[in-house]
Amino acid sequence: MSEEKKSEPLFSKKNKALITNPLNTINPVTIQVLGICSALAVTVQMDNAIIMSIAVTAVMIIGNVTVSLMRNIIPSKIRIIVQLVIIAALVIIVDQVLKAYVYDVAKKLSIFVGLIITNCIIMGRLEAFALGNKSWASALDGLGNGIGYGLVLIVVAFFKEVFGSGTLTIPGLGKLTLIPESFYDMGYMDNGLMLLPPSSLFIVAIYIWVQKARNPELIED
Amino acid sequence: MTIDRDSNVYTIFFAAVMVVLVGGLLAFIASSLKPLQKSNETNEKMQNILQAIGLEEMRELQRDEAGTIFKDFVKRRITINYKGEILSDKNATDAIDPQDKLDAFNIDLRKEYSRFVKPIMSKNKGNDAAMKEALSSSEDIHFPIFVCENNGETFYVLSASGKGLWDDIWGYIGLSSDFTTINGTVFDHKGETAGLGSKINEAYWEDQFVGKIIAENGEFVPLEVKKPGNDLNKHQVDGISGATFTGVGVDEMLSRSMEVYYDFFKNNSEFKSAI
Repeated sequence: MSEEKKSEPLFSKKNKALITNPLNTINPVTIQVLGICSALAVTVQMDNAIIMSIAVTAVMIIGNVTVSLMRNIIPSKIRIIVQLVIIAALVIIVDQVLKAYVYDVAKKLSIFVGLIITNCIIMGRLEAFALGNKSWASALDGLGNGIGYGLVLIVVAFFKEVFGSGTLTIPGLGKLTLIPESFYDMGYMDNGLMLLPPSSLFIVAIYIWVQKARNPELIED
Repeated sequence: MTIDRDSNVYTIFFAAVMVVLVGGLLAFIASSLKPLQKSNETNEKMQNILQAIGLEEMRELQRDEAGTIFKDFVKRRITINYKGEILSDKNATDAIDPQDKLDAFNIDLRKEYSRFVKPIMSKNKGNDAAMKEALSSSEDIHFPIFVCENNGETFYVLSASGKGLWDDIWGYIGLSSDFTTINGTVFDHKGETAGLGSKINEAYWEDQFVGKIIAENGEFVPLEVKKPGNDLNKHQVDGISGATFTGVGVDEMLSRSMEVYYDFFKNNSEFKSAI
């Protein structure tokens, strides 16, 4: 990315691409294969996946902007540890605020909050983008990558929860039963494997297959 | 910029300033949000205790309401030790003083479990008699009892804490006035796998315990969490598929603490007539 001119509109074509590209052509999970471990762990229920996506997006936007604003004063020798401190501090703040104001959400997230710190997408974007770009572009980049990450998580969670538990838990709507009782009476059974981490790998793999089949330019030789 | 960003002096200076700033910021945020977090936790504990009684009208109880109606239901708060000696006995009219470490409401079972119970258990692994001996001689292990009343009926809410697959699990068990039949339970966990072990705090699992008994002919019988699909007797409940270790944890913590409670009720002159 080159330096932008002052007069560039806020949502120029280039800036829009910062949001849309991570959804497909440079998706952090399926194309760059980053953040896979959290995609495996938090996708058993839809609500966890959605809350995790929002939390990661928020941390990534604020982290990107912070690092971008500091990019000219961060000593290059210790830049990784500086980024880590910024991410960790943000995650702790998010956790504390959630615990004080939305206690139920905080309880749901509990261990996943720690996972945000180790999510390599965040560190990757700070290092690859925010260190060399202005803050507005960095914010958009954080938003785009957060949505790209969330998209995969939500797709995976959908299949895991529907076929693993027969339900769909959506924040605000509660637990919806998708597979009717009569199916179970006829001998249908939930697939226990879908609840375990390996099934996420299968779903992510199928996601990549579909994605590459639709975008032949993504196929490497 | 005139400063050399690669010099050691600048790097050390930057690191020092950053640590102080971030540390200060976090300390400030943590201490200013502490009262709100504390009251959330207190209200949640009250909510859990009230729901563990097993009354239908408590099912939808909100956290904030629990704080206000707690005193209407919980008439006595008793703390006993492993040997069944009463260490603290408070009435509903006695306010909960956060400084009073022996008040049943202030007993932090999760902390006691990880700090005192777990070391004893791992040291005496495989030797039940020695383990019981060590547990009973410890001064630091307490068992809170909440005596609740509703429409003339008395319930006893007991607590247990242990370890699941990943982290702490704990529960509140409501006993009827015969000290034997379970009337309601509330379980919770810190970090069990979402969708598997985390199901122990869901109503369908907690409700399985209702009507189960912890004693027969005046003798304590531990509750068992079985693998799903087995036939169950009056002391057994179904585990959760895919969450074997969480089930083992619930099983262990219930056996360990319910025995102490039952022996207390059986041997204490005030309560034993009901058994």
